[in-house]
Amino acid sequence: MDYILNPWPWFVSGPLIATVMFLLVSFGKTFGMSSNLRTLCSIGGAGKITSFFDFDWKEHQWNLWVVAGSIIGGFIAVQFLSNTAAIDINPDTLAVLAEYGFAAPQNNLVPAELFSLEALQNPYNLTLLILAGFMIGFGTRYAGGCTSGHAITGLSNLQLPSLIAVIGFFIGGLLMTHVFFPFIF
Amino acid sequence: MKAIKFLFTGIFFGIVLTKSEAVSWYRIVEMFRFESFHMYGIIGSAVITGVVLLQLSKRFKMNTTEGNPIALPEKAKLYKKALFGGSIFGLGWALAGACPGPMFILFGAGYYSISIVILASLLGTFVYGLVAHKLP
Repeated sequence: MDYILNPWPWFVSGPLIATVMFLLVSFGKTFGMSSNLRTLCSIGGAGKITSFFDFDWKEHQWNLWVVAGSIIGGFIAVQFLSNTAAIDINPDTLAVLAEYGFAAPQNNLVPAELFSLEALQNPYNLTLLILAGFMIGFGTRYAGGCTSGHAITGLSNLQLPSLIAVIGFFIGGLLMTHVFFPFIF
Repeated sequence: MKAIKFLFTGIFFGIVLTKSEAVSWYRIVEMFRFESFHMYGIIGSAVITGVVLLQLSKRFKMNTTEGNPIALPEKAKLYKKALFGGSIFGLGWALAGACPGPMFILFGAGYYSISIVILASLLGTFVYGLVAHKLP
């Protein structure tokens, strides 16, 4: 049981993620989580404003079931399949984060310093999360996919545009972590 | 469409990403600081497994559950969009510590303030739709 309750090693997790991708392919679909954002915009009526959202969202309904499942999966994993083991982050990373004002994570998945209700009463933190979300939504659609569509599916299918997109993910991520973090935090 | 198989695939996905800690904000910082192999191991072993599974399915001419040959659509050869869009997404990914899958999973895991990121990502996608025709 400890094998399940403890964090899963990368060599178990990676192949299981590929299994998710392959399951969806075998159902005649493709793995891509950011597409759901476009679908949700379409359901919300954005198709009346611009043709980019004017499509039959019902064809993408299956993917919203994947989203619903992933929410349930997150709940199950935390409630029933986890112990209180602290997350094993490199002490060097934690030392740098401590300089930015972030305490050790314990067994939390996101930092309270940014995501707790107290933190969000500070308009600065709220703005950071809104900016981050905006860039995620804008960037994934601009790039035509996110980690699941490009990094997992696209690279598995040996797609050059996906490799370029993943290089972009890292340009952005490295800039944020190394250049912007010292200014932001 | 049988919703149940997609629901269960999603549940499995949510469990795997949570148990692998790929939904952890700290893991993403650690990855971009090159201070752990963990995330690279996850993505790398997922891609290697994915390549093998897709190649085998082609070799053995497997069919989907709907009876069609397994085939993935080619990604559009829009390299500028992939690079620019990818970089913008990367900035957001590193700051929020979550990409479009994990942000929903984190909500299920009880981190409800992630809904701010989700709503803002819907806004970002909407604004992209407005300006898409003007972008390189």
